Parts: sequence; structure tokens; C-alpha cells
Amino acid sequence: MEGMEIEDVEVTEVDPRGGQPRPYLDVTGLKVHFPTDDGLVKAVDGVDFSVEEGKTLAIVGESGSGKSVTMQAVMGLLRRTRAKIEGEVWLGGTELLHASNEDVRRLRGASMAMIFQDPLSALHPYYTIGNQIEEAYRVHHKGASRKSARQRGIEMLDRVGIPNASRRIDQYPHEFSGGMRQRAMIAMALINDPKLLIADEPTTALDVTVQAQILELMKGLQSDFGSAIVMITHDLGVVADIADDVLVMYAGRAVETGKTTDVYFDASHPYTWGLLRSMPRLDRDREDRLDPIPGTPPSLIHLPSGCAFHPRCPFPEVVGGDRCFTEMPELFEVTANHHARCFLTDEQRRDVLAKASAPGSEVFQ
Amino acid sequence: MIWYTIRRLIGAVGLLVVMSIVTFLIFYATPTDPARLTCGKNCTPTGIEQNRKYLGLDKPITQQYLAFVGGLFHDRKFPADKELQQARPDLILTCHAPCLGYSPLHNEEVWTYLKPKIPVTISIVLFGFILWLTSGVLLGIVAALFRGKFLDRVLVSGALLFYSFPTFFVSLLLLQLIVFQFNWMQTPTYTPISSGVGDWLYNLFLPSLTLALVFAAAYIRLTRAYMLETMGEDYLRTARAKGVKERKVVFKHTLRAALTPIVTIAGLDFGILLAGAPITETVFSFQGLGYATVQSVQIFDLPVIVVIVLLAACFVVLANLVVDLLYGVIDPRVRY
Repeated sequence: MEGMEIEDVEVTEVDPRGGQPRPYLDVTGLKVHFPTDDGLVKAVDGVDFSVEEGKTLAIVGESGSGKSVTMQAVMGLLRRTRAKIEGEVWLGGTELLHASNEDVRRLRGASMAMIFQDPLSALHPYYTIGNQIEEAYRVHHKGASRKSARQRGIEMLDRVGIPNASRRIDQYPHEFSGGMRQRAMIAMALINDPKLLIADEPTTALDVTVQAQILELMKGLQSDFGSAIVMITHDLGVVADIADDVLVMYAGRAVETGKTTDVYFDASHPYTWGLLRSMPRLDRDREDRLDPIPGTPPSLIHLPSGCAFHPRCPFPEVVGGDRCFTEMPELFEVTANHHARCFLTDEQRRDVLAKASAPGSEVFQ
Repeated sequence: MIWYTIRRLIGAVGLLVVMSIVTFLIFYATPTDPARLTCGKNCTPTGIEQNRKYLGLDKPITQQYLAFVGGLFHDRKFPADKELQQARPDLILTCHAPCLGYSPLHNEEVWTYLKPKIPVTISIVLFGFILWLTSGVLLGIVAALFRGKFLDRVLVSGALLFYSFPTFFVSLLLLQLIVFQFNWMQTPTYTPISSGVGDWLYNLFLPSLTLALVFAAAYIRLTRAYMLETMGEDYLRTARAKGVKERKVVFKHTLRAALTPIVTIAGLDFGILLAGAPITETVFSFQGLGYATVQSVQIFDLPVIVVIVLLAACFVVLANLVVDLLYGVIDPRVRY
């Protein structure tokens, strides 16, 4: 298993696997462009990643970095929009982007399932929890009776830790608490035993204690069901807790990818440094202020020239010349399995980091 | 829910009392004197006084009002004036409780006069309601599904066209084209349902279609707007993510949520129209409540006007109540 992780971050297009089986979800060169009246919105502009069964990938980035759009494209939820999608998405041996609507629909909910940020708005207010869970089951089990679907629904609610499942299954979403709703969403997503679970900021709308419970639940379910999880989040605490691999996205592209430990302890992209420095941590001094990343994410219609991060990056002078302003950096290999999209050389990076961690440094301001 | 209904009904009674008082007051605020109006050309002051007694307008307004309310609980005699009663005892008419009054101008009890008009209006409105609700909602869904496309523009602008036509124009247009120009149908005259459902529907078709065209226009736009609003909801994305077929996403998940507010509006429109569709009824000469309203107002027939106003209020109040109770059924978040 570990050996195959290398493929997570493949950039070159030659078949890197040398005959090895593909990871369960394998995305290469994914582009999602939305034509609008104001111009072409390049929401996702060439992203590669893959996830093995039983592993968790976290996609991290600010709002508008393209992380949700990426996974909606994988789910085929953008098919009826005007989005122009390119690249390849392989799910368990099927290429999804060129498959028919009907074929993808059959896979949605059965092989890949998704849970969403705000479970109150993601559940239909006029149908009972049971009704919605049973529907998820019966869509993919044509012959199943209502009774067996209900039985299965109760089992799943029980499994995700909803007490009194056989009674609560007949309640409406508004009668559930936030955490219970998200549990119900998870039960609904997992009822067909999908091999891929996509979680789009599943804990953002929940309070902190419930967040921890939901993450524990997801970890537990993953070890039972052995599914692959893609966790979309901007919460680096969640990433550290649950993810095996991390993909940091900025302006529709991957800026850093690698194993979670590598990305956390050897972050190699200025944007990742910014993310890590803006995260509250228990081991920081209380007097330390959180360092936000200055500026705002760029417009996806008029991306900055060269490296999309250069307007917010403190280090273009370190790189020297006008390279950051004119040339788009490629992903370079920091260590095996660990890539970053930056021109800084190893030496420059160490140098910059040493300065930044010196007391009183305000290099990011 | 039962307590809620009882509370609402008690409120409705209060509303009816207020409505009837206001109607009496407005009637007396008009500069026209019905006693003078009914007196004819060669009218003497004694003649006017005579008429005033005959119409029952000689008493103070409070007494008239109390007499009207009292009629609901005990018999009334018309004319109420003792002198007139003594002069022509053979002409005394007893109106049994609950008595809604007597119209001297029609020489009939108000209820006897209005009762046959109710089924006429209900027929037109009910048939029209079914026509406009089905066509309006269906076309609204179509417009929403084809948003921005040619079909959507045709439907929305067509709806706007019909919505901006006055009702009398639409009804005259239908009458002219369908009956007189192309002779596709005969001039409709109301026949009760008891003399054949086919005839009943045939004759209702044009007046109901008039109502339907005018109202469907509004419902197309409403349905379209609510559908589009619902289409942005997260729970539809959830349904799609579950693998639910697109057809079911639209006709089950979207429609269920989009139609909820339309139920409210449809219920109220229906209630308001039950009190009569004056223009349509007049153009097609259907003797419904709307037609009766126009006539009674023209001849200042207070007893009839008061009852029509109260009837209209009852319909609206009941429609409102039904809608609110229905809401408790269709929206699980509503509790009474």
C-alpha cells in the first residue's frame, strides 16, 4: 500500500504505474471552467490526485480555491451546468468524465457518496429522515421493499450513533440537532456501502465538540467499511486528525501535495506556511497573534500572471528577477511523495524559514 | 390543531361583525338616497317618506343594524313599519330565522334571491380554478426548466400579455372568436349540473377559460419563480448526489418545496373569487354572485349588499383557514 502512494502526486503524463493497478479514485489533469458573462472562470485548472481505498485525502484551501468544485466535478454534479470539464477521472476502473449521464448517476450514491457542509440545508425539509435515507437505498436497490429499506435505514442510523433509531427515523430534519443531522447525512451516504466518500467541509457548520465526534465517527466507519475518503476542508486541525495525504489548492491548482506529516513538518510552499501560521495551536504562546495571510484569493477570471500566489507572497525578491511575475512554477519534488509549486530553491527556503522563525519576525506582514 | 381551528373561527365571527358594521356605515356615507331613487319622476316628499318607511330606512342606523343581526336569531316581519303593516296586512312577509333580510326592491327574501346564484359562481370559479392551477403550474415548471431559452421567453411574455389584458377584453375576445367568428361553440348559458354534466361543462367552458387565462398567467410566473428559487437549494444537490434520477429530482424534490407557497396563494385567490367574478359573469350574462353584486350596488339594495359582503368575507376567512390548516399538513415544520 505505502509503495503506491507515490502515484498520488504524479505530474508527468507517461504511465507512471508500470502496470500497477490504479488507485480507487484517480484524477488527472482535471480542469473545470465556467463560461460567464464576465469571462471564463477557471475554477479548477489542472489538478491531479488519487486516493486508495482505506485512505484519506484532505483537500485544503481558502474559499474559492476550487476544492469543492473539484469534487463536484468528480461526482458528476456539474454535468447539467455550463461548466466545461477536461481531464480524466477514474473511479474503480471506470472513466467518469466521458461516461453517460445515466452511468454516472448509477455510480453516484452507490460507489461514491458525498456529505455536505450544512446538514440542515442539505436535507430536504419536507421529508422525514427515514424517507430520505430509504430513498438513497432504493435508488440503487431496485427490488428492495420499503420495509427492508427502512430496516436498513434504522441499522445505519444506529451504526452512526443515533440513539433510538427506530423512533427517530420518522422524524424530520428540523427535529434533529446539528450533529445528529450530520450523522444522518453520513448514514445516508454510507447506506450503499460506497468505496469513496467525499466529505465537503462536514464539520464546518458544527460546534467544536460535535466536530470531534463526527471526525471520530468517520474514522471508525472508514476502518469498518474500508472506503476511501476525500475530505474537503479549510481546517488544518481536521487535516492533521484524519488525513493520510494532503492536497493544498490555490486558485484552482495544487500548490503543495504530499503525506500529511511531510506537509505539516516540512511545508515547502509560502501559501502552506501562511495556512499553518494562521492556525490556532495549543503549543503557541498566548501572546502570539495569529498571522493571517495578507490579501484575498485572486479573481478566477483574471488570474495573476506567473505564479498565482505572487501578489500575496513575501518572497518574490528572494527568488530574484521577475520570475514569479512572468513564469508559472511547476510542481517540484521536495522529497519523495512531496511536491510544491514554488521557485524557491531548497537553500532559499531554509534560509527564509530560519529568518521567519527568528523572534520578532514579521516576514509575512 | 382543534384549538387552533376554534380560535380562528371565533376570530372569524368577530371579523364578520366588523365587516357588517363597516358595510352599513359605508352605505350611509354615500350621498345617494335610496328612498328618493326608488320614488320615480313625479315624487312628493310624502312619497319619499313612504318609500323610506317601506325600505326600512326611517329608523336610526343602530336600530337597523340590530334588527339585521336580530334576524339571525328570530323571525322578522317585512315591512317592519307598524303603520304599513296595519294598512296592508295581506302584504306582510314573515322571514324565518335565521333571516338574512328582505329586499323590497326584488320583493324577495335576500337568501331566496342569492341562493340560486351561488352554484353558478362556484361552478365557474371551480372549473376555472382547476384549469388555471394545472396549466399555470405545469407551464411554470416548463418555463423554469427551460430558463433563459426560447420556450421560457415565449411562456413568460405570453403570460405577461394575458395578465395585462383586462378581463372583459379577454372574455369578449373569446366570445367573439369562438362563438361569433368561427362558430365553434354556442353562446354559453348556465345550466345546472343536475341537468347533465356535459352541458354544464360545455356552458362553463368560456367563462371559466376567461378566468383561467387571466389567473394562469400569474401562476406561470409564480411557479417559475418558486421553482427557480428551489432549484438553488442544497437538498437538491444531496438528492442528485444520492443518484436520484433527474426527473424525480424535479418532480418530487423540487416541486414539493416549490408548490408549498403556491398552495397559499391559490387558496386565497379561490376564496376571493367565490364571492363572484363580476366582469366575467356580466359579459357572459351568468346570474352569479358577481352579477348580483353589480346589480345590487346599482340600485342601492342594502339588504343584498350586506349579505354579499358577509358571504365574501366568509369565503375568504374560510379559504384562509383551510390554507393555514393545510400548511400544517404539507410543511412538517409548521405546528399549531
